[in-house]
Amino acid sequence: MTRHIDLGSVLRGTVSEQFTNLVTRPTGHAVRGAIEALLGDATDAVTVIDFTHVGLLDYSCADEIIAKLLQRYDAREPADAPGAVYFVFRGLNELHIESIEWVLNHHGLALVAEEEDGEPHLIGAVDEEARTVWSVVGKIGACSALVVAEQAGLEPGRAERTLVDLWRRRLLRRENDQFLAARVAS
Amino acid sequence: MNTVINVPSSLDDQGIEKVLEQLATVPADAPVLIDARHARWGTPYGLTAMLTIGQARATKASFSGPESEDVASYWARTGFYRHAEGIFTLAGHVPKGRTAGESEVLLEITPVAHSEDVHNVVARIQHKAQTILQNLHIDSKATMGFAMTLSEACQNIIEHAGTGGWVAVQVYEWRKRLGRRVVVIAVCDAGQGFRRSLETTQGRRLGDRWDDGAALEEAVLRGVSRFTDKGRGQGLAGIRRYVGRWDGKLTVRSGTARLSIIPTWDDDVPLTKSLPAFPGAQMQIVIPERLTR
Repeated sequence: MTRHIDLGSVLRGTVSEQFTNLVTRPTGHAVRGAIEALLGDATDAVTVIDFTHVGLLDYSCADEIIAKLLQRYDAREPADAPGAVYFVFRGLNELHIESIEWVLNHHGLALVAEEEDGEPHLIGAVDEEARTVWSVVGKIGACSALVVAEQAGLEPGRAERTLVDLWRRRLLRRENDQFLAARVAS
Repeated sequence: MNTVINVPSSLDDQGIEKVLEQLATVPADAPVLIDARHARWGTPYGLTAMLTIGQARATKASFSGPESEDVASYWARTGFYRHAEGIFTLAGHVPKGRTAGESEVLLEITPVAHSEDVHNVVARIQHKAQTILQNLHIDSKATMGFAMTLSEACQNIIEHAGTGGWVAVQVYEWRKRLGRRVVVIAVCDAGQGFRRSLETTQGRRLGDRWDDGAALEEAVLRGVSRFTDKGRGQGLAGIRRYVGRWDGKLTVRSGTARLSIIPTWDDDVPLTKSLPAFPGAQMQIVIPERLTR
């Protein structure tokens, strides 16, 4: 199941009908709270966070919404991580990406963003090897660590560790021993 | 009896220091008359800092504005008098027609106290900024970054001052210092300032070295915030990045110190200490016109 959350609508619904910019921490806090309420107890869900109707995104708001949202659903974090939610960010313009990259790199986080043609790509702090592994899964679809190891030229144990880490970061999905990209069902 | 504080002919970042030097010897509850009759010029920083000076006085100060009709009219267009009449007892010449909106005033002096104020400031600046920045030969992509910088600067008031403040944006010819046009953002508040804001988290660590200058270095250069949340402190870092990208200058004054990020075209000093004490924080961002070949 794919959920679609239009951030422009969330902003207008939670903060003010008149606002189109995601600026300030209080705004970010309110918007993130609304997103979390919409997600409820969702599990194993792909959720599109749509920026199409958002004007400006400043660093503080990007930190408050995106970094904290990703941290909350990151399964590497112990404590009270909720169900598995895989975010796909859509409608990002160059300046949204600049703010987002800044905060992601600051926290060592990453996300999946969808380009105009629907192809996903990674933004944020992901090392070269993990990017290669992620790209292999994106190209060939659901596959095991052994297949990825062969395609990426990695030792199988290493490929598996990288895949599991990407899954825990919710940048890949997992079904038993198969890994697959977090994509929006067409 | 009023102590007369003379405002120099240029009420800019340097002129305001001369005002503060005179005020340093006057108790906060002593009546003062701030005499700006001979002022010929006022920058966003000078005008917003002047309002902040008025707010910081325990006894309402009197203020006498410029005698020059042109200067007074210009100060009125920046919105200065509209706010000054609630802060000072206005004496002498008070210009009529106190409306703003002239093209050189990109954002008239605007109070900032809440998150909603930042939304409104950003929305207003977006309408005008693109044209203005294009006129300064600054890439149109810079417009959004400019609005982001403004947003983060205003949030500094909300997050750290513990009180309201002022913001103003203006374009003008910086003939003497630079020989080019500049766009200037000024953000001033009379709140607790950086040293007090960071004292509980950083003061003990730095011990004897803890003062206004050290607090500015922690906040502006190292992105330290009073909040333990790792994501905090990115706003000032973002401002520094934007200013660096467009060869601009950032100056932050708080308490008795002033720290500047200095471009090659300016010869200011990076850190000045032992200035006359002044509450809160005052920030100036200067983005110069790009030279075209």
